[in-house]
Amino acid sequence: MKMKKVLAMAVSTLLCGAMLTGCGSTNESSNSGSSSNSDSTTEAEKKTDAATDAEETTADKGSDDNGGGSSSGDLIKIGIINNDPNESGYRTANVNDLKATFTKENGFDASFAYSLKNEEQINYAQKFIQDEVDYLLLSAADTAGWDSVLKDAKDAGTRVILFDRTIDADESLYEASIVSDMAKEGQQAVEWLESQDLASYDIIHLQGVIGSAAQKGRSGALTETAEAKGWNILTQQTAEWNAEKAQQIVQSVIDSGKKFNVIYAENDDMAKGAVAALDRANISHGVDKDVVIIGFDCNKWALEELKKGTWNYDGQCNPFQSTYIKEVIDKLENGETLSQKTIIMDEKGFDAKTITAEDVDNYGI
Amino acid sequence: MTATPKSAEKSSFLASIVKKQIFIPIAALLLLAIFNLIMDPSFFNITLGHNSAGDPVLSGNIISIIDYGSELAILAIGMTLVTAASRGQDISVGAAMAISGSVVLRILCGPNADAATLQAPIIVAFLISCLVAMAFGAFNGALVSIFKIQPMVATLILFTAGRSIAAWINHNKLPVVNDKTFAYFGGYIPGIPIPTPVFIAIACFIVIWLVLKFTTLGLYAQAVGINEKTSRLNGLNPAFIKFITYVILGLCVAVAAFIKVSRVSTINYSVVAKDIEMDAILAVALGGNSLSGGKFSISASILGAYVIQFLTTTLYKFNVQSDALPAYKAVVVILLVILSAPIVREKIAAFCKSLRSPVNAESKS
Repeated sequence: MKMKKVLAMAVSTLLCGAMLTGCGSTNESSNSGSSSNSDSTTEAEKKTDAATDAEETTADKGSDDNGGGSSSGDLIKIGIINNDPNESGYRTANVNDLKATFTKENGFDASFAYSLKNEEQINYAQKFIQDEVDYLLLSAADTAGWDSVLKDAKDAGTRVILFDRTIDADESLYEASIVSDMAKEGQQAVEWLESQDLASYDIIHLQGVIGSAAQKGRSGALTETAEAKGWNILTQQTAEWNAEKAQQIVQSVIDSGKKFNVIYAENDDMAKGAVAALDRANISHGVDKDVVIIGFDCNKWALEELKKGTWNYDGQCNPFQSTYIKEVIDKLENGETLSQKTIIMDEKGFDAKTITAEDVDNYGI
Repeated sequence: MTATPKSAEKSSFLASIVKKQIFIPIAALLLLAIFNLIMDPSFFNITLGHNSAGDPVLSGNIISIIDYGSELAILAIGMTLVTAASRGQDISVGAAMAISGSVVLRILCGPNADAATLQAPIIVAFLISCLVAMAFGAFNGALVSIFKIQPMVATLILFTAGRSIAAWINHNKLPVVNDKTFAYFGGYIPGIPIPTPVFIAIACFIVIWLVLKFTTLGLYAQAVGINEKTSRLNGLNPAFIKFITYVILGLCVAVAAFIKVSRVSTINYSVVAKDIEMDAILAVALGGNSLSGGKFSISASILGAYVIQFLTTTLYKFNVQSDALPAYKAVVVILLVILSAPIVREKIAAFCKSLRSPVNAESKS
């Protein structure tokens, strides 16, 4: 009996451990609803850390290349708090971009911390402030709860730059906020669609998880324009960023015998699923074909589809924020003032007719 | 006088059908079919067309249902056994499918996620994914049978950690398989107009039918589910039987995952097979199986799985917002749970009898 009890204890401890590990690193799905960019998923260009890294990283010091170099005085010390790089392909590209920019060669001493949980992020922020970093770069998991810690940062002389996501805090608490404009992404795609001058617009609209920033922005543009121009939206369904669901939805439209000539999918995965359904029914798609395919996120494989001409358009959700951040830091270091606090990034959109191999390499995530 | 035994036989036949387990899914299926027949008979149209590769394919809502319902039907087999023997459900099948699918792609695409050519034969990838999925099944099974942890709690571990493990297997890359033959398993084999998943599902049904017919697995699982102690006193090994049902479910997961990744030739760890565990459990419940173990009918569960897909396709067809789908499923669940309660069924049987008896009286006079 005693043996059993001991065993039960041991197993339950193990269980708890395993569950904690699980909780920390598997929030990608539950988070996708609230996060702005978690929809995109892709081949990452570079090898990323394993899932567990997010757990272990309290603050893994700096760029790994110059192993021996101790932090000298002239390096700018920054602390970067980001979401879990495993959350999505977008995030992976984002993290790699930051890591590539804020290196010792470029004059930075960067520490990284990852979490999908707001409270953990706040703890990291407090730790960074205690470590007296010069800049705190923050992609907050949640919009709320940052006031007090940002006030601490201000008192300690740490300058805060928000990237990717905004927070509900007074503007005076941070220096700059660099964000993606999802509505603009949608607008660009819809404008492109309008410029195609199709004889009629019969659209299948595949939405992301309802309520996410990406879905709202990308849906909003289409819905408005469709109303204004009298475009016919045959089906407007959420496939929840899921390729297979998208395939089923498009299949059901095909089965019902309705005619359509545009598929507006709010991410690449769903566009891929839709195309699979079209291929089954022998409906041609792509440049100068029966159905126009629009996707988002610029996954590398999606851009390759564009290049082959089987898709028509792919809208970007720019994960490469580091150049913007660096610009801001450079300006601040030189004592300049920023003309505006909120900086909206350029978002590209690629047309299958004009895309080049360089575009695929440079912008594919 | 001659009419009496005949009609009595008839009424008892009706009553016995109502009492039969398979009555629930059949009734649900008929209800859906009649609904569609009234609303739009073209729902049942099946047309022979060609896909973009020029091969003949059948298409239509009915084909979509038996096609997309395959994975769920396969999972329902394993879930029924697990439910019967361990008196609980495995909620990790969705996550396990992500792992299993990830393994398939990892082996097909190699460590660099370079999918230009297949790195290994498809059958090897499939077999290894089977082994991996069975190992995870064994892990769940061991927790449940040896350590006597509640099934839902035991499988919660994999439920939370599984998708991260899946991402980790491929270093968070999303390999895309370009090989045409790989797509056969989730699409069509050239020359055969019926979707391949249907054949895979039928093969699984035959295998499980043979297993249940020629081995004592079914009887033993039932015995363990009804009363573990008595079955042990009768010389069975309950722990082993529970364990083996989880391993079988693992195998089902591998097959289902293989179809899933083949459909779109890629994977998205956070959304692939999302919430499928709930559908699988629902299929078991729809089949009239008691969720607290004991007697079971696999054929009823399989029918239950197709009922769920029928419902999904019907709702897509009538352009019901797909995020409202769970609400409709909930309504169905409520109805079914009430219908399947023994007390209600007895009432229905009695009601049928009372319907018959006045008729008898009339015919006699």
